[in-house]
Amino acid sequence: MIVVEDIHVTFGRGTPLEKHALRGVDLTIPEGEFVTVIGSNGAGKSTFLGSLAGDVLAEQGRISIDGTDVTRWDTPRRAGLVARVFQDPMAGSCAALTIEENMALAAARGRRRGLGLALGSDRRRNFRDRIAALGLGLENRLHDRMGLLSGGQRQAVSLLMATLAGSKILLLDEHTAALDPATADFVLELTRRIVRDNRLTTLMVTHSMRQALDYGDRTLMLHEGRVVLDVAGDERAGLDVPHLLALFAKQRGGVEISDDSLLIG
Amino acid sequence: MTEIALFGAIEIGLVYALVAIGVYLSFRILDFPDLTVDGSFPLGAAVCAVLLIAGVNPWLASLAAALAGAAAGLVTATLNVRFKILHLLASILTMIALFSVNLRVMGRPNVALLMQDTVLTPFYGLGIPDHIVRPLVVGVIVAVVVLLLARFLSSEFGLAMRATGVNARMARAQGVNTDAHVYAGIALSNALTGLAGALFAQTNGFADVTTGIGTIVVGLAAVIVGETVLPARALALALVGCVAGSILYRLAVQLALSADSIGLQASDLNLVTAVLVAVALILPRLKAKASRSVSRSPSAAK
Ligand SMILES: Nc1ncnc2c1ncn2[C@@H]1O[C@H](COP(=O)(O)OP(=O)(O)OP(=O)(O)O)[C@@H](O)[C@H]1O
Ligand SMILES: [Mg+2]
Repeated sequence: MIVVEDIHVTFGRGTPLEKHALRGVDLTIPEGEFVTVIGSNGAGKSTFLGSLAGDVLAEQGRISIDGTDVTRWDTPRRAGLVARVFQDPMAGSCAALTIEENMALAAARGRRRGLGLALGSDRRRNFRDRIAALGLGLENRLHDRMGLLSGGQRQAVSLLMATLAGSKILLLDEHTAALDPATADFVLELTRRIVRDNRLTTLMVTHSMRQALDYGDRTLMLHEGRVVLDVAGDERAGLDVPHLLALFAKQRGGVEISDDSLLIG
Repeated sequence: MTEIALFGAIEIGLVYALVAIGVYLSFRILDFPDLTVDGSFPLGAAVCAVLLIAGVNPWLASLAAALAGAAAGLVTATLNVRFKILHLLASILTMIALFSVNLRVMGRPNVALLMQDTVLTPFYGLGIPDHIVRPLVVGVIVAVVVLLLARFLSSEFGLAMRATGVNARMARAQGVNTDAHVYAGIALSNALTGLAGALFAQTNGFADVTTGIGTIVVGLAAVIVGETVLPARALALALVGCVAGSILYRLAVQLALSADSIGLQASDLNLVTAVLVAVALILPRLKAKASRSVSRSPSAAK
């Protein structure tokens, strides 16, 4: 469970470029819930996920994960609780290391790393089985460098890596945005499967209203650093993309946006 | 080239192989251009020489030299990680400071080791010529270092260190304390360099504060030569490449110096090395440019 109490984040405080990116976000996300997050560019979505992961520390407010106050914890310390997949397929893995080395890195997330071999034969076998389950034929390419994989393959492996260490929270920041539509669909379906099988508490940022409504149990809209829409259950089931677009437009100051390619799922 | 000169080149190549491996750690694995080695090499030599004169066991003296090198590395890492000074500048500051430190350690610019026992002493009496004993002993030490380091880099800790250099953001998201790995890696790199300094003092019979000048360039040259002759992705092989590169580099230098027709003197060494490294750094860029213009020309012809 994630409990966020009134968190604020300001970038460049005291400079002409000061940006109050999060202005009091209050949220409780129960265990196992799959939340989709939408909002226009600069709404604060990435900042919000970053504040959960520890990349940006909230200057005010409190964040607790599974009952532990993690407000002042930095990223490596939170990594045992939180797994992530980034928008840029290059960002979430090490291109110069092999697939199995990347997996070994992820498998040790949140543990002390000692002088034991990173890739024993047991672990190799386990990795082979896990990656075979993706159905991409990567089980024979464990020694290949990660950089040789396509963007979609890298995102798929990154998702798998997120499940190797048993953390219960998954943060996805537009993790399909860099992929072509067919690959994006594949990665989204994989996401759905992995979230369900591992019962992960998930936040997924997307620019597609369609995806936001089709995936997950609850949808948040952020605007100017605040949560302006929070729907779940029947209310959400009754929502359609045009409704959401209208709500979205209202938040943007009533400007009608019908043909924003970013928003059509 | 005489036999003595040949083995001499191999010997000095093996001593500097440890520097090359240290430079590989900082420049290639951690992506941290560290010039501290120009100071930690003579520091290792100085510490070792002074301790030998004080009657300390040569192995202990060599270990102390490695620890001194590690301490120098920690200073650079602290300046960079803790105080956010640019890595190059941080290492230059440490290097400059070490010049004074080395003078303090020795009490004078150079120290001769004439009668002192060294790690080589027990092996001199075995009937093998001295000029072969030295590269043999140093070679065994280098082999042990390569094996231990290859094993270390394939451990969970070592893998995290490699990730730190490749993609620090990803490493942090995987729970790697990247700062700690920079400290450890730069300390290790300079420990190897300090050990190289200690072996230099013991094989050459002296320690001198000026021996450090250009250490980084020689180390880089060895790394680059090694990568050219042994372009390996596997880590253990890359480390072997550093050793091979260091020896080949010294052989090439020896060849150039012994060919009277070229007219090079020992004092031209730094110039030759700097030119070699510069060319090696420029070549890949020129090659890329050439292949780009080749691939572009057919479309331009249309
Ligand atoms: N490191 C930073 N330094 C300064 N300003 C930042 C930083 N990161 C984000 N911002 C600013 O904070 C605001 C929120 O940015 P954020 O990246 O969270 O938006 P977003 O909702 O993820 O947008 P997008 O849809 O474009 O990804 C923006 O105005 C952005 O310019
Ligand atoms: Mg964003």
